[in-house]
Amino acid sequence: MKKSYWNDVVKRFSRHKLAMIGLTVIFLELICVLALPLLLGLDPYSIDSAAGFGAPPGGIHILGTDEVGRDVFARIVYGGRTSLFVGFISALISLAIGVPLGLLAGYYKGAAGVLVMRLADVFMSVPSMILVLVLVAVIGPSIESVTIVIGVMGWPQFARQLYGNVLAVREKDYVQAAVAIGEKDGRIMMKYILPNAFAPVIIAFTFSIASAILQESSLSFLGMGVQLPQASWGNIMYAAQSITVLSKRSWLWLPPGLALLITVLSINFLGDGLRDALDPKTRL
Amino acid sequence: MSTENLLQVTGLKKYYPAGSDLFGRNKRYVKAVDGINLTIRRGETLGLVGESGCGKSTFGKSVLRLIEPTEGQVIFEGQDILKLPPSQMREMRKRMQIVFQDPYSSLNPRMTVFETVRAPLDAFGIGTKKEREKKVMELMEYVGLSPYQMHRYPHEFSGGQRQRMIIARALVLEPSFIVCDEPVSALDVSIRSQVLNLMQDIQQERGLTYLFISHDLSVVKHISDQVAVMYLGRIVECASRSQLFSNPQHPYTQALMSAIPIPDTERKRKRMVLTGDVPSPLAPPSGCHFHTRCPYAAARCAEEAPDLQETEPGHWTSCHLCGKLKQKEGTR
Repeated sequence: MKKSYWNDVVKRFSRHKLAMIGLTVIFLELICVLALPLLLGLDPYSIDSAAGFGAPPGGIHILGTDEVGRDVFARIVYGGRTSLFVGFISALISLAIGVPLGLLAGYYKGAAGVLVMRLADVFMSVPSMILVLVLVAVIGPSIESVTIVIGVMGWPQFARQLYGNVLAVREKDYVQAAVAIGEKDGRIMMKYILPNAFAPVIIAFTFSIASAILQESSLSFLGMGVQLPQASWGNIMYAAQSITVLSKRSWLWLPPGLALLITVLSINFLGDGLRDALDPKTRL
Repeated sequence: MSTENLLQVTGLKKYYPAGSDLFGRNKRYVKAVDGINLTIRRGETLGLVGESGCGKSTFGKSVLRLIEPTEGQVIFEGQDILKLPPSQMREMRKRMQIVFQDPYSSLNPRMTVFETVRAPLDAFGIGTKKEREKKVMELMEYVGLSPYQMHRYPHEFSGGQRQRMIIARALVLEPSFIVCDEPVSALDVSIRSQVLNLMQDIQQERGLTYLFISHDLSVVKHISDQVAVMYLGRIVECASRSQLFSNPQHPYTQALMSAIPIPDTERKRKRMVLTGDVPSPLAPPSGCHFHTRCPYAAARCAEEAPDLQETEPGHWTSCHLCGKLKQKEGTR
């Protein structure tokens, strides 16, 4: 039904080369992360004492083993699961908190607007990494707690983005027309304002996934994120905190680092493509 | 025509705060609407004319409480609607509707024609789903839109078609009063008369009352029974159409009239050209707002604001010089 606008969006998106590359990479990554463990029978936990500790790539361990003898490739695949899960879910949490708050603040303005936006300022002015560290330390580090904390801390992005758009959209004639025909506040927000203010939120969502993945990795790298023996890209790189590993055993940190880099880049390309595609002023 | 008043506006004001000094003193206001009295009789059209920025649209929206007025009374069908609590005001919206100026910005781009026209019925939960659909289809046909277009989005239509949709949306609740806020000024000249005629037909068939806001005197002359002329937030002259166009009394109205182009090269006439710009509504001139541009202005005009006075039966003018002006013209 909503043909023409979304047709154009798809058309614009599919002509955006970087975005299509990003989409393909993420798609392939998802397939690998979900299917490879089943197909290859990967095991990220078992210790291969025959291959030895910190064995270089070769043989059955194509990326070598880590310093306790676990297969690095298997750990990267499982770590990918963790990273993508944490990224996606915590971005969803941020969205679920930030969008309603931003919408209400923008629609009612006045006291509600001041309250929400100043709260957002408070959240954004505290160095998030330190706050996240403290919170995770209090709750206890695990995949779930990291996801929730990163998600809750990320809401101001969405609230601010939407607040600005709602302020612009609510002054449109069609919103005044909605009041004139007797629509109630709830429906005005959901049917007249949100659909016309939502596009930038989709873009913010992709960038939020990328930054959540990075935050999770940083936390895990510092030892406060996903806990061993569970794998995440960040805690695989944890090993690189020693100089010998950093200089002599690059297979321990280079592959997860590259995986992280490629993933975040791809998601950002995807977001760029979405931004261009959702903007009706971009030429086809 | 009946003489019952459908709408009676008394002393309506809308002041916008426009900043103050650092300590919140010396608050300044833009007096967009500065004490307007008007009545509209049931079944008639009141044309409201004035140049851009004089507060016509603000007045129209204040009457419907789409903009909350600062002060005044709006008595509609015997009730002062400015005193109604929100829930009762919402009920009142079934009786009073608006057609906006810009057909491109007054339709939600994410709703189809069908959804748009049906929205008022949905909002008030009127009728069953089938009944609503039937009513929407009837109305769309009535305003000249084909049923096969009903699942299209606004951007797929021309300005004239969009304005028809907006008219259909305004009619679906069967109101008795519609504020038409420059409904044709954004349309091509060729489409204008179509939409105007449609609105006139609708009025006759349904016994509607219009407040028709426009800056275009020829459009107002075409559609109005009564005409009010507005200048800087105040009414300067109000009379029946024939009185106003045959015998304009306020110098501002006279200037407007002389600016209407007449397609006749043989006919010569005196043009009355106003000098200067419209003063800022933030700091309107003292006394009569018009005295800075009025060719006849006397000392009294700068000191004292004139009231509307009945200069002939049914013809109200707010000018100190009204009676005297005529004599001057005569002796010249």
